[in-house]
Amino acid sequence: MEDLSLHLLDIIENATAAGATLVEIGVFQDSAENELSIKVRDNGRGMERDMLAKVRDPFTTTRTTRRVGLGIPLLEQACHEAQGHLNILSEPGQGTEVTAVFRVNHIDCKPLADIGLTLVTLIAGNPDVDFRYESNIDGEKIIVDTREIKTELDGVDITDPEVLALIRNLFQKRRVNSSRHTAGGRINGEIED
Amino acid sequence: MAKLKIEDLRRIKESKKGTLNLREGVYRAKVTVHMGTCGIAAGARTIMNTLMTAIGENKTDDVILTSSGCAGLCSQEPMMTVEVKDLSPVKYVYLDEEKTKKIFREHVIGGKPVAEYALSMGSETTY
Ligand SMILES: Nc1ncnc2c1ncn2[C@@H]1O[C@H](COP(=O)(O)OP(=O)(O)OP(=O)(O)O)[C@@H](O)[C@H]1O
Ligand SMILES: [Mg+2]
Repeated sequence: MEDLSLHLLDIIENATAAGATLVEIGVFQDSAENELSIKVRDNGRGMERDMLAKVRDPFTTTRTTRRVGLGIPLLEQACHEAQGHLNILSEPGQGTEVTAVFRVNHIDCKPLADIGLTLVTLIAGNPDVDFRYESNIDGEKIIVDTREIKTELDGVDITDPEVLALIRNLFQKRRVNSSRHTAGGRINGEIED
Repeated sequence: MAKLKIEDLRRIKESKKGTLNLREGVYRAKVTVHMGTCGIAAGARTIMNTLMTAIGENKTDDVILTSSGCAGLCSQEPMMTVEVKDLSPVKYVYLDEEKTKKIFREHVIGGKPVAEYALSMGSETTY
């Protein structure tokens, strides 16, 4: 897996495969503290204790199509390569929370890369699942909540290309000053802080 | 803080008012991209992006895109399945951007499957 945005896509596919209707994603980077953490929490079916104990082993999968599961072992490997660690909490019937921690300045830390494309890919491929994404990359914050977007769209498909383009645009590096305006309201406005 | 602007969403909602929501069953074609770990590592996200872009550029309004798990043919990823109304579903393997664009043009839009990229019939196994 080339970069962390692809690992993120992969780990969230586990959540949607587990029947999650809501996936909450947090990406927090503090370069001064040499830390990057990626957290994915879902309300899917969760894992039993013995499953949870062996899920880091590539020979563990509940797939029927093949006998190995690679997503979690590969993510854990990426964490270890960057002197980080992987934490998994899960409760049957409640959901699962996966937290991947990296030393972001480590030479072997994979880049985050295109998180925006990962998010629109998830939304386009799973329009019935809700995603709440929040990131703070060295002070630059982004929030996307598909529940709010769907309410505002009032029946228009969230996979509409114009909507997906708006979401992706949030992830483009901001033009200096030109978006520096304030608007009231909850989903309102690109507010620079 | 970057968030979607409410007025942008409202503008889209107004411009789409009265058009049918495809997901409610009136689509002509459905494209499913397989997104297991093997698929993602082999480039499935690029395939999704190519399809999302093609749908946007062509202003296609009768095709839905979706993703599913691993199809069990990991060595032939990236893969997608194209289901056009009244035609049998076709699985395409070893995809890249160019093949995907061609399949979109000829099969999804044109209704003519691209045999050279299709999974050969009968070779399908589940593991
Ligand atoms: N979020 C989750 N909720 C419930 N079960 C999970 C979750 N994540 C992983 N699992 C369980 O752990 C197993 C191993 O996951 P892993 O991602 O490593 O492999 P996989 O999804 O089975 O296959 P692959 O990722 O290679 O396509 C899964 O088959 C599933 O049973
Ligand atoms: Mg997986």
